[in-house]
Amino acid sequence: MKTLRDTWLVFQRNLGLTLRNPAWSVIGVVQPLLYLLLFAPLLKSIATAQGFPSGGAYNVFVPGLLIQLGLFGAAFVGFSLIAEVRYGVVERLQVTPVSRLALLLGRALRDVLILLIQSLMLVLLSLPFGLDIHPAGLLVVLGLLALIGLLMASCSYALALWLKSEDALAPFLTTVTLPLLLLSGVLLPLSLAPAWLRHIAAFNPLAYAVDAARAIFNDHLGDTSVIKGIAITAALAIIALVVSARSFGRTVA
Amino acid sequence: MIATHDEHPRTDGAMIETHDLRRTFKARRGDVEAVAGVDLRVAAGELFGFLGPNGAGKTTTLRMLATLLPPTGGDAIVAGCDLRREPQHVRERIGYVGQRGSTDPAITGRTELVFQGRLYGMSAAQAKRRADDLLVVLELEAAADRPTGTYSGGQRRRLDIGLGLIHGPQVLFLDEPTTGLDPQSRARLWDEVRRLRDGGTTVFLTTHYLEEADALCDRLAIIDHGRIVAEGTPDQLKRQIAGDIVTLGITGDPQAALDLLGCQPFVRETGAEDGALRLYVDRGETAMPAILRLLDGAGLELRTISLTRPSLDDVFLRQTGRSLREPAA
Ligand SMILES: Nc1ncnc2c1ncn2[C@@H]1O[C@H](COP(=O)(O)OP(=O)(O)OP(=O)(O)O)[C@@H](O)[C@H]1O
Ligand SMILES: [Mg+2]
Repeated sequence: MKTLRDTWLVFQRNLGLTLRNPAWSVIGVVQPLLYLLLFAPLLKSIATAQGFPSGGAYNVFVPGLLIQLGLFGAAFVGFSLIAEVRYGVVERLQVTPVSRLALLLGRALRDVLILLIQSLMLVLLSLPFGLDIHPAGLLVVLGLLALIGLLMASCSYALALWLKSEDALAPFLTTVTLPLLLLSGVLLPLSLAPAWLRHIAAFNPLAYAVDAARAIFNDHLGDTSVIKGIAITAALAIIALVVSARSFGRTVA
Repeated sequence: MIATHDEHPRTDGAMIETHDLRRTFKARRGDVEAVAGVDLRVAAGELFGFLGPNGAGKTTTLRMLATLLPPTGGDAIVAGCDLRREPQHVRERIGYVGQRGSTDPAITGRTELVFQGRLYGMSAAQAKRRADDLLVVLELEAAADRPTGTYSGGQRRRLDIGLGLIHGPQVLFLDEPTTGLDPQSRARLWDEVRRLRDGGTTVFLTTHYLEEADALCDRLAIIDHGRIVAEGTPDQLKRQIAGDIVTLGITGDPQAALDLLGCQPFVRETGAEDGALRLYVDRGETAMPAILRLLDGAGLELRTISLTRPSLDDVFLRQTGRSLREPAA
């Protein structure tokens, strides 16, 4: 009960901070939009190639873009936390009896909300290009994206509290997120990849999320890949939440 | 004035009690023993000061007592609660104002205060009312609805203190509350702190200003290298150094002068640093002519001589062999 109340308070404060500069959230959608405009047309010509999943170029590509948005949208939220540590805000909050889980959850849920709004924007903007999705599928995809947002944001905050400096966090995140992205089949389906690459990608949890998202967009809601993708992401998100909430309970400065 | 602590029954006697409190930081080049066994007792309602030079361990001690940093040794009771076993209870009863700021530059002072109040369980209306009261008391009404990034140093400091006071804590920890403030702001803050104490709040502050410790604190402890080297009221501490201090600058060999003067009956104690000789004597007025005569007789040339009444700096000097006064201050 107290955790819920505290989470709501922290969520409100952080949402307020984000809305002071809504430009950043809008810019977050620009990158996937550019992919949609400048990259997706290339796929049209190879969508008929052997190994390319069925469903048409956009129904294959947009789910990947959404996962990419989740990855990059939430992975970099730790930077704002480092600033807050520097201002002394985090230490001030730690002296109060506020729930440590709420300190994390309030922030991460703000990030999830922003991510879901961005995702909806992207889906709506893709419809004129020929994207075709069932409302139920859209809901399930948004749920999956919320889990990815929780996972990435929690990791980002834990890393921020651990590294405590933007100069360390930036190269770290770039080094981790790029292979995650390349090995997830976001840009091109992994079904086109050689076997050895697919073996490596099997260790990338994001690849399962992309598979799940594609299956959902192809109206295969009951597919095992959907259950698998959601289960793996949910399990990792819970672990990340616990670990990150703990780091909010530890000395920060 | 700002105190509203009817919620918690006051514990009798000690508000803060530490036993052999320690904190060692692991560092690549050997461990740093920041706090090396501190025993303290701060009575309820007391205005207690922690005086010490840079790196003495003041902040580390305060952060431990405020539950921010786990001790590596020892125990403490804060506001009747065990620091290690009941940190959550300690948090409900204390306020802590860190050495550096505590506010987000993009958020207004009023919003910060209301949010802080809500975190202590107040309803939105309660928190708003409390914030309004504090803004008046701390004379921040004019700045209340501006982002704190636009505040002056003194305004920001007062807001920090307001945030620490929002829930009417039994104990308020203030880490170097006046460092970096101009003399007016400092005087104003002193008044504020005194009023708090008069309202019944126990105040534990750190400072490296001697004047501040002397003028403000009921009782103080001098800390150096993580250890308490002296403790008492400012007067008690100064009285430890009975009599006056004669400081001599000798042109020739100071050791010869030290040997000569150290064994005189009117000299209680001697000390030397930076080529200057310090003599602790009963009565400076009568000792000075005698000193001059003795040095003259021994053919030692005197460059300077001065007489001072003991200050807290002398207490520090006698305990540690170093001066607390910064060259620039
Ligand atoms: N996180 C840390 N890691 C390593 N060493 C630390 C850490 N925090 C403090 N120290 C060391 O512990 C010692 C005491 O530091 P502390 O900040 O408590 O001093 P202080 O009395 O508050 O000094 P100042 O007047 O400069 O604020 C210093 O030598 C400091 O370098
Ligand atoms: Mg300090």
